[in-house]
Amino acid sequence: MMLSCKQVARLVSQGLDRELGFTERVRLRVHLAICEGCTNFSKQVAFVREAMARLAEQSPKA
Amino acid sequence: MDDFRSRVERERPYLLRYAGLQLRDAHAAEDAVQETLLAALAGEAGFGQRASLRTWLTGILKHKIIDAIRRMSREAPAGSEDEFEALFDERGHWVEMPAAWADPGAALEQERFFAALEMCLARLPQKTSQAFMMREHLGLDTGEICKELAITPTHCWVLLYRARMALRECLTKEWFRK
Repeated sequence: MMLSCKQVARLVSQGLDRELGFTERVRLRVHLAICEGCTNFSKQVAFVREAMARLAEQSPKA
Repeated sequence: MDDFRSRVERERPYLLRYAGLQLRDAHAAEDAVQETLLAALAGEAGFGQRASLRTWLTGILKHKIIDAIRRMSREAPAGSEDEFEALFDERGHWVEMPAAWADPGAALEQERFFAALEMCLARLPQKTSQAFMMREHLGLDTGEICKELAITPTHCWVLLYRARMALRECLTKEWFRK
């Protein structure tokens, strides 16, 4: 069974918080390979993490 | 001694901003910073010259923030059910497919982008925001977050998912589409 975009969105998010299982990773990769929307989503969520890391290390504008 | 006190005092605005961002409650932030400064002055000997003063103070502040979150989460009600369901149709497909963002790398170089990010963070519901800030700002793992907020790992993942969904939408609207 193919994962839906909704399931993929949840899994992409969880992938940032826990180690995904082998089957989860494979199903995720199969979906991302053919779905542009979820690929964009996945990049954006990763970008949000990067932006938060930058924010955390920023010094204040005193 | 007085010199140390004034150096510590000079870090107050930075610490307030840091705490305010995490706690989103001006009084709680003020309290956490005050406790931090007092602890710092009482424990001056603990400040080795290896670390920068700001790093050392931030380390103390993180503990005070976690204490404050723990106190606040005892009172805060659990979040409502999924408001992001509407982004998907009944077969689980995107109603509106996420479009690529133009040059996100360049956004990271702009101060205004971070102002937009902070505004988006401020719009998150409190518990969602707390879980997300603990994860992405304090760098805690989900196990620790669950413990601090007294929630299950599944609930924690749901909160983090909601935070990311909301931030992605907000940034799309407030930054990438402008």
